[in-house]
Amino acid sequence: MSSVRVLVGTHKGAFILTSDGKRKRWKVSGPHFAGWEIYHLKGSPVDPNRIYASQTSGWFGQIIQRSNDGGKTWETPGGETLPTPGSMPAGASNKFVYDTTPETGKPLTTHQWYDGTQHPWEFKRVWHLEPSLTDPDTVYAGVEDAAIFRTTDGGVTWHELPGLRGHGTGPKWQPGAGGMCLHTILLDPGDPGRIYIAISSAGAFRTDDAGQTWKPINRGLKSNYIPDPAAEIGHCVHRISLHPSRPNVLFMQKHWDVMRSDDAGDTWHEVSGNLPTDFGFVIDVNAHEPETIYVVPIKSDSEHFPLEGKLRVYRSRTGGNEWEPLTKGLPQRNCYVNVLRDAMAVDQLDSCGVYFGTTGGQVYASADAGENWSPIVHDLPAVLSVEVQTLQ
Amino acid sequence: MIRVVLPQHLRTLAHVDGEVTLDVEGIVTQRSALDALEARYPMLCGTMRDHVTQKRRPFIRFFACEEDLSNVSPDAPLPDAVATGAEPLLVVGAIAGG
Repeated sequence: MSSVRVLVGTHKGAFILTSDGKRKRWKVSGPHFAGWEIYHLKGSPVDPNRIYASQTSGWFGQIIQRSNDGGKTWETPGGETLPTPGSMPAGASNKFVYDTTPETGKPLTTHQWYDGTQHPWEFKRVWHLEPSLTDPDTVYAGVEDAAIFRTTDGGVTWHELPGLRGHGTGPKWQPGAGGMCLHTILLDPGDPGRIYIAISSAGAFRTDDAGQTWKPINRGLKSNYIPDPAAEIGHCVHRISLHPSRPNVLFMQKHWDVMRSDDAGDTWHEVSGNLPTDFGFVIDVNAHEPETIYVVPIKSDSEHFPLEGKLRVYRSRTGGNEWEPLTKGLPQRNCYVNVLRDAMAVDQLDSCGVYFGTTGGQVYASADAGENWSPIVHDLPAVLSVEVQTLQ
Repeated sequence: MIRVVLPQHLRTLAHVDGEVTLDVEGIVTQRSALDALEARYPMLCGTMRDHVTQKRRPFIRFFACEEDLSNVSPDAPLPDAVATGAEPLLVVGAIAGG
C-alpha cells in the first residue's frame, strides 16, 4: 500500500504530514525545530528516509539537519561527535563559505547592490536543498547570496560550485526585494551533467558538465522592470519546473509571465494565455501528464494575495496558454494569503496528488489532480515550502 | 572550570539542559571560552560567531557579572568571577520581534 509524506517548512518550524494512498486522513508531526525558520526540507529519491532540512535563524545563522528515519529523529551531520585526528572538521555542516581561490573562484567577491555599487557576497541562508537522484549523500544547496553548494558526504561538509558565480555575469546580479537567492535546482534525470538553477533576480542558468561551467538561459524572457527588457540576465525568475520524462521542457513562473521552453532553456516563449494575472510564485507539473501544469495566480505588485480574495489554482492541460480555474474546496471569499515559490508539490500516486501551502498556515491537498481540494492543516505558521514523498 | 548559560535554542541544538561547564586552558577570554564550547559541542559552530571572521553574530550578546561584554575584545580576559566559575558567562539572543 502506498503512502505519502508531506514535508512542510514554515516560518516557525517543520511539520510532517502523513497519509495512506487515499489521502483522506492525515497524521501531523511537529513542530520540529520549533521557533526556527525552516526554508526547505527534501528527501533523497534513492533513500526516502534520508531527509535534509535547512534550519535558519536571524540570531543563530544556518543549521543543516539530517534525518535517517523519515523525520522521526534528526542530527546535525558531523556535529554530533568530537573531531579526531584526520576527521572532517566538526561543525562544518553549518559552514557555507564562498570559494575565492585563484584556481576556481577567480576570485569573484562582489555583485551589484541596490544603489548600483558593488557589494561583497555575504552568506545568509540556504533556500533550497536538492538531493541527488542517485546518491543519498550528495545534495545541492541553493543559497542567499546566490550560489550553489554541494555536499558529497551527507551534509558534513559543503563546497561551492564556483563556476556559476564566476561565469562572467556575476558582478551584474542584484537582489530582489526578497534577497538575492538561488531558489530552484532541477536535476536532469536523463543527463547527470545537466542542472538548471534559478536566481532572483538574475535569471535562469544551466550547466551541462555537472556544475563546472554555467551559462544564462534567459533568451525570450521580457522584463519591463529592467532597463533592457530582454537582457541576458536580471530577470526575476520565481520558479522553474519540469517533468522527469521530458527534462528538456521547462515551465517557468516569472515575476510577471508564465513561460515555457522546449529546448532546455535555450529559448523561452510566453504561455500565460488566459490567466487572470500572470504573476505568481509556484509552478508544477502533473506527475503523469507532462503537459498538465499548475500555477497559483497572485495579484501584484506589492499586494501579493489572490485576486478578489479568491484562492484559485489554475491548471493547463495543454502545456500552457489555455488555463482553467480550480476552486472546489478552496476559499472563494476574503482570502488574502500568498503561496511562496517552493510551496507546491505533486505526488506520484495513480491519481496525481497536488499540494500547496500558504502564508496563512494552510496546507491544501487534492487527491484528484486538482479537481477537489481540502486543507490538511489550517493553522500552521506561514508556510515557506512543501515537498511530497510517495512511499511504497 | 567555567560555566556558560546558552539561550534555549542553542541548548536544544546542543542537546543540553541548564548550564554548561567547560575546562578552559590558559587565560579565560571570550575567544578561549567559545573555542572550548564549540569543541565540546561542534553543532554550535557558526551559531554565535561567524565561521570565517569569528566576529560575533549581530543578534548575539555576551553578558557576565551584570556587564555587557559583547563589544569587548574577544581576547580580553573575562572577569575573574567567570574564570573561576563563580559567575556564568551568559550567551544571549537579542530581544526582537517576529
